[in-house]
Amino acid sequence: MSKQKVMMGNHALSYGAVVSKVNVISAYPITPQTQVVELLSELCSNGALDSEFIKVESEHSAMAACIGASAVGARTFTATSAQGLALMHEMLHWAVGARTPVVMGNINRSMGPPWTIWSEQTDSLSQRDTGWLQIYASSNQEVYDSVPIAFKIAEHKKVQLPVMVVLDAFFLSHTSENVMMMDLDKAETYLPKYKPKHKLDVNEPYTFGALTTPEWYYELRYKIQKAHENAISVIEEAQSEFKDMFGREYGLVEEYKTADADTILVAISTAASTAKDTVDELREKGVKAGLLRLRFVRPFPFKKVREVLSSAKKILVLDRNLSPGIGGIIFQEIKSAMYNESNKAPIYGFIAGLGGRDITTETIHNIFEEAEKQDPKNIIWMEVKA
Amino acid sequence: MYNENIFDYMRTEKLPHIWCPGCGHGIITASIVRAISNLKLDKNNIAFVSGIGCSGRTPGYLDFNTLHTTHGRSLTFSTGIKMAKPKLKVINVLGDGDALAIGGNHFIHACRRNIDITAIIYNNSIYGMTGGQFSPTTPDGFIASTTPYGNCDPSFDVVKLASAAGASFVARGDAFHVLQLDKILQKAIDHKGFSVVDVLTTCPTQLGRRNKMKKPWENLDYIANQTVSIKKYETMSENEKQGKFPIGIFIEEKRDEYVETYTKRVINKAKGRK
Repeated sequence: MSKQKVMMGNHALSYGAVVSKVNVISAYPITPQTQVVELLSELCSNGALDSEFIKVESEHSAMAACIGASAVGARTFTATSAQGLALMHEMLHWAVGARTPVVMGNINRSMGPPWTIWSEQTDSLSQRDTGWLQIYASSNQEVYDSVPIAFKIAEHKKVQLPVMVVLDAFFLSHTSENVMMMDLDKAETYLPKYKPKHKLDVNEPYTFGALTTPEWYYELRYKIQKAHENAISVIEEAQSEFKDMFGREYGLVEEYKTADADTILVAISTAASTAKDTVDELREKGVKAGLLRLRFVRPFPFKKVREVLSSAKKILVLDRNLSPGIGGIIFQEIKSAMYNESNKAPIYGFIAGLGGRDITTETIHNIFEEAEKQDPKNIIWMEVKA
Repeated sequence: MYNENIFDYMRTEKLPHIWCPGCGHGIITASIVRAISNLKLDKNNIAFVSGIGCSGRTPGYLDFNTLHTTHGRSLTFSTGIKMAKPKLKVINVLGDGDALAIGGNHFIHACRRNIDITAIIYNNSIYGMTGGQFSPTTPDGFIASTTPYGNCDPSFDVVKLASAAGASFVARGDAFHVLQLDKILQKAIDHKGFSVVDVLTTCPTQLGRRNKMKKPWENLDYIANQTVSIKKYETMSENEKQGKFPIGIFIEEKRDEYVETYTKRVINKAKGRK
């Protein structure tokens, strides 16, 4: 029988790394990520985890150390948040170009200034063009399970790309929930030792990162795009195998009462789990509401999103992030996914909960109500103080 | 030491501060304000800058032109301020992780240029705000949340680092010898050029608690016992010097200041002036 443990989201991330038997961890402290690496450094020191813990002087160095370790064939892990993620930006591109399957936890925190530590998705969504795969979790169980799943996808020879496991600051990072733990041997059957096709090896020398002229750089970018496209079926296989072994099912997206829904709300992370309650309440009143949660934002699950939204009469998108000048990031992605589709249902973009302000069931009720009155051409701001 | 004027320089409506009970940061902050008050500086002519960490909170309580910047980069913000408005007195507070780990590069280059900024390092040997991770000044063998079996990384000596990198004023003080700290800070702020003051301070919550100095006075006592005057230090044997930090002014030299040099040798020439 599997062991159960009550733990905060940050520790779920740490235990996810433990069950993935990572070889190298490198990190720098930042609120609200710190408990992730504190627990890992403790587990490394007391022998519970047979890993090297590299202490560095900045997040930029943390990612660089992970890339270096990954290049010699180690399974590597790090975690950060907001400003730390932004500081890593150069290295995020590097991890993708070098095709190093690093897995990183990112605790979603708003960007300063003004200084803030509370939740918002702008930090990780603004890294979406680096080429990292991104998983947005909505529970601590999902955080824990997503780490070995992420390594399995990242290390797959058809993918070979880094993966970010993203969770909301405080709503998950510091909130305790019941988590079903995996048996270590069983987890190793699911995620065997990492065996890279190419690695830095004195007996079989390769050069990584050498200068590439326009003659070939272009094709390497093409291959990264193909890897994102390949990742869709790799994710489906990895998650189906996970379900067979551990009984918990994950998709590219999560659908909630969407089959016959007239109005479908699209959201990510914990705001999506709150929205389930609102959907239930609306259903009781006879409103045919549904919810589509994107678990993966990269690769973007185009096919799945189009399928789920194909018969919706109204599509509402909730963004706890802002790309100033254009609005919510998920809103833009959903619009681009639906542009060539036959379903021309209006798509409404809502901004809520920036800087960690709570998104309650009432907020989401108001979103459904506002959609009746608003013009989809506008960016609709919820609960802005006058 | 008591100076009734210090509240003229503080945003008293922001008090009490958020530092933990027994933290040494308040002692340093009050000392900085007394130094400014004693120098009779116009508060509207001071730019007070910080980075991230517990020290980063300091400008929030002070009634100057204040800027709370990113982790490790505060000296680069200060450099921009000083270059654009050379008449401003620029005072920059930093933490040990802030100044020496993530911002180590900016720190040595600010020293090298000898730009007229006062850098005051609140050195409590730990990342306090994020939960007690070891820093570049955590002593050997000390327990931190990321060194559960004791720190094995060698630490930086701020005085040696700043001196070698080229700062024209280098001093060390501490949160126990406050009268001396007032005087050192006064000289550092008054100095023209890059001045560095390494201020040894306490963190009973994150450092003390894990290293048998849980009570604030125990942590302060540790600082008091660790420090000796430069004069006495010079008479001590190598053995006696172990684990001791000399306090006082190490370097106080008149050297070309960067903004002046830049104006003279670049701006004036670019504008065709002699």
